[in-house]
Order: sequence, then C-alpha cells, then structure tokens
Amino acid sequence: MKQLLILSGKGGTGKTTIAGVFIKLASAKAYADCDVDAPNLHLIMRQTASASKSDYFGMPKAVIDPERCRSCGQCKANCRFDAIEYNAEYMINKSLCEGCGVCAEICPTQAITLMPYKSAELMLYHSNDHTFSTAQLKMGSGTTGKLVTEVKKQLISFAHDSELAIIDGSPGIGCPVIASLNSVDMVLIVAEPTISGISDMERIILTASKFRVKTAVCINKYDINIKNTEHIISYCYENSIPYVGKIPFDNLVIESTNCGLSIIDVECSSGDAARSVFKSTMEILYVH
Amino acid sequence: MKIAVLSGKGGTGKTLLSVNLAAAADNSVYIDCDVEEPNGHLYFKPDDVITEKVSVWIPFAEEKKCIGCRKCVDFCKFNALAYIKSSLLVFEEICHSCGGCVLFCPQGALSERKKIIGEIKHGKSQNTTVITGILNPGEASGIPVISTLLDNGPHDNQVVMIDCPPGSSCSVMESIKDADYCLLVVEPTIFGVHNLEMVYELVKLFGKPTGAVLNKCLTQTNPAEEFCSESGIKVLSRIPFDQDLGLLSSNAIIAVREAPRYRELFTELLNLIEQEVQHEAAANS
Repeated sequence: MKQLLILSGKGGTGKTTIAGVFIKLASAKAYADCDVDAPNLHLIMRQTASASKSDYFGMPKAVIDPERCRSCGQCKANCRFDAIEYNAEYMINKSLCEGCGVCAEICPTQAITLMPYKSAELMLYHSNDHTFSTAQLKMGSGTTGKLVTEVKKQLISFAHDSELAIIDGSPGIGCPVIASLNSVDMVLIVAEPTISGISDMERIILTASKFRVKTAVCINKYDINIKNTEHIISYCYENSIPYVGKIPFDNLVIESTNCGLSIIDVECSSGDAARSVFKSTMEILYVH
Repeated sequence: MKIAVLSGKGGTGKTLLSVNLAAAADNSVYIDCDVEEPNGHLYFKPDDVITEKVSVWIPFAEEKKCIGCRKCVDFCKFNALAYIKSSLLVFEEICHSCGGCVLFCPQGALSERKKIIGEIKHGKSQNTTVITGILNPGEASGIPVISTLLDNGPHDNQVVMIDCPPGSSCSVMESIKDADYCLLVVEPTIFGVHNLEMVYELVKLFGKPTGAVLNKCLTQTNPAEEFCSESGIKVLSRIPFDQDLGLLSSNAIIAVREAPRYRELFTELLNLIEQEVQHEAAANS
C-alpha cells in the first residue's frame, strides 16, 4: 500500500480541502484524518454508514486515596509536572498529570494508584468499498502522537489490500506530525504564499527530511501574493524539492466546503488546478 | 491584562489579531506560544534580540555503577529506556523528564543532563516587547518551551497578547492557563466552527471570560455567526474579508502601523476587550 500524507506546517493552508480532492480523484479506498486535535475530513467525506467507535486510553492518571494519604507531601515534592495540588488534602490535577508513576512509587503508604484514562475516541468507517479512520482527542489531553499511530494502525489493519491510502495530517512539526510521518511513502506539503506560510513550510520540510521522507510542494491560494508564490517555487527548485503546481484563491472553496462538498464536485477554477496538482503528485508517488 | 487568542482550527487569523492588537496598544507584550510554528516575530521584526535556550532533563547512566537490574526500564511508563548488550540505552525523544529512573535506581547509577529542545527570543519592536518560543524541528513536545515563555513576566500594567497554538490539546491549555480573557477567532467555514466548538468547551472548563471575532466574513450566511448566537458567545467584531488586509499580512506587515483605518479597527476592538475584562472583574469582585 502506498501512503500519501498531506502536511503544511502552518494551519489553514488547505490540507483537508486537498485531501478531500485527492481521495475523490484517486477513488481512494483507504483514508485517514490524523489531525486528531481538530479533525475535519469527516465534514466533507460524508459517510452513509455509522462509525464503529472505540475508546482510546492514553497514559494513565494518578489517583490519591484520601483514606491512606498521610499528607507527607513526598508526591508533590517529586512531581515534575506540578500535577499535585494541596488544598486541605493532596489531590491530582488530571490535566497536568502525565502518568509517569513517580508519585505512586514514592508514596510511603501506597495511597496512589495509576488509573486508566480515556483520552480520545477512535472512529472507523468500514464498508465494502472503503475504509476511513479518524479520532477525536478529548480536549486538553496530550499524547497525540500515540493516538495518531493508532489511527493509522486502524486504517492499515482494515484496508491493508488497498493500493493507496491518503492521510490528512495535522499542523505544526511536533509529536502528532512526527507520528504521522512514520512509514509513509510521500509527503505533499500544502504551502501558502505568505511570509508565515513560507517560514512554516521550511520548518516542516526540515522535519520531514529528518525522517527521510520523499516530499513535494504545492501552493494553495497562490494569487493572494504572486511574489511570495515565485519565492516558494524558486525555493523548491534550489533545494531540489519537486513542485507539483498551484491552486488559485477561490470563494467557491468556502461555499462548497460549507455545503459539505469538495471543490471538484463543483465547476470552479480551483478544482481544475487541483486536478493538475493531483496528477503531478501521483506521478511522483508512483516513481520508484 | 492578559488576552489569549485561540481558534481550534489553524489559519483563521490568530497571529493577525494578536499582532495587530499588541501593536494598537501603547505599551504591550506579544508572546508567541505557537512554538511549533511561531510567526509573530516575522511581523514585528524585533530589535535587540536576546536568546535564551530551553532545555529538559535527560537521564544517563554511569556504566561502572549500573548492574543491569533493569529497575529503571521496568519503571519507565514511556518506554524511554532499554537495557541491551550490558548497557542502558536512553531514547531521548520519548523521555518525559519525570526523573523517576534517577530517583529509583538502587545503585545511584543514573544522573541527568540538560538537553536543549528550543529557545526563547526576547526583543523590542516600537511599543511592543516581542517574546517568541521556538521548538527545534524533530522535538516532540513544545510544552516546556511554552511554560518557560509564560514564566516570564509579570508584565504588570501592560497589555499582554498570547498567540496560542491551534487545536485544543495540552499545549493550548498551558497557553490559556493564566489568561484574563480568551479571544476566539473564527472563519466562516464549517471547519472553523467544528474546531471552535471544542476550543470553546476548553475555555468554559477553565471558566475564562470569552468573546469571539468573526474573521474573513463574506456576504453569504456565516456558520460561525450561527454557532456564536446559539452558544451565547459574544461577538466583539466582524472583520470583512479584505484583500488589502490579506496582502499586508501575507507580506508580514503590521496593518495597524500601515494604515489609519486598521489602527482604528484594532484600537476599537482592544478597547472593547478591555471593557469586557473590567466588566468581568467588577462582576466577580
């Protein structure tokens, strides 16, 4: 199975829109949304069947048994995450606890135990013709990297004989992005011709190169700043990064998205440009 | 007064708003907590920049003292340690720096050293102090950078704009912890609204006073407007989709410093937020 991951560094450049287009044009039978912190792909890839849902347990959280606690304060003194609060009695701040277990180990009266903690919900849509894997992180939770790995595992185990998987990634360069990079065949970066977008594109290219993943760049909303668009194209050229085309700014993108449609479902200039980006990307993906 | 600017979805205009609001104030601090992709400094181009490294503690073993009992390996909940071929391996990227391995080694064979994961840059741009957190590419967690960033201060009597990361995970929570007010920036798409719902839950959980700015408004029906009115979120401003503003921002130019009409727009918004914060303070006193 070939895996194509769509990333951008900066948020809001059009990852999900492009992912939606690619899934449709490739008639992809396997796709996933790895932006577990703010998933949106399901909004344009409407599913007829309902999802099978499963709980995702991240790191456990410490719990103090007040009956056993003798308020010695050792747990608080040794917690590196400031997750233990004292207010008449010692208590765990669940949102800060990382489940390291230092408090439980150090407590002289064994008053602390680590309890499983549901930090997300995994969703799988699986039918005869396609598989879609996604998740929703519980707000304020961490450990998104592991959850991203679970989303991908779920996809691969149910769609291992699909030829192509298209994966919508998350913004940034941290844990979830690094986890999503694992074992993909290629990354398509959706760049935006703004000074911020260029800076973020350079950081995500650097991150992807650390994990030795084949990378290509397309430019979205290219006509909002032609000068910056030219800058991105020459950057790609100078750094030998394949440039696969540009898509114009188009009000119809917002309109079609809000109707739950992809830009290739409607007649528009951005849809045509996206088709050409798709074609060039597939050529690179399938070159060995 | 600390104002956190957040959105859930990326690219809705967090940096545009926090940069311009900071520039509209007489005496302000701009703190960029989007440490994975910090962009505010590109607008401010601050002078006199001082760089401070941010590091975390990583364990290492003294081979002579280590007897291979594997107590640390068994203890580590993050699987960041392995004992292979008579030596202890540390996987730095997945270590959470909890210190447990060092604490519980019966031989006292483990110690910690600092590992640099990013930096903080302090600089000045006209009336604004610009503080930027930057996570090094390849590092997993920006939380230590964000907490160091927010330990700076106290920034009394200044308008402090906190530019938050996208999403609603732990790094956003860390960023809004000390804020007096949360400003939600929404674009008129179902994506924007869907992600806003989550971030609004988070803000409510913290009990922070909140208002919304609807950015990039078009003439069509705005799903964000509907969501705000259904959820009772006060809309402080509606910024129309504006090609000039878009072009200025795409070139990382601060609109407030460029044109009087933008100075007016953002000064007015800042005043509104100040009123809201005072109102809130009065209601709670």
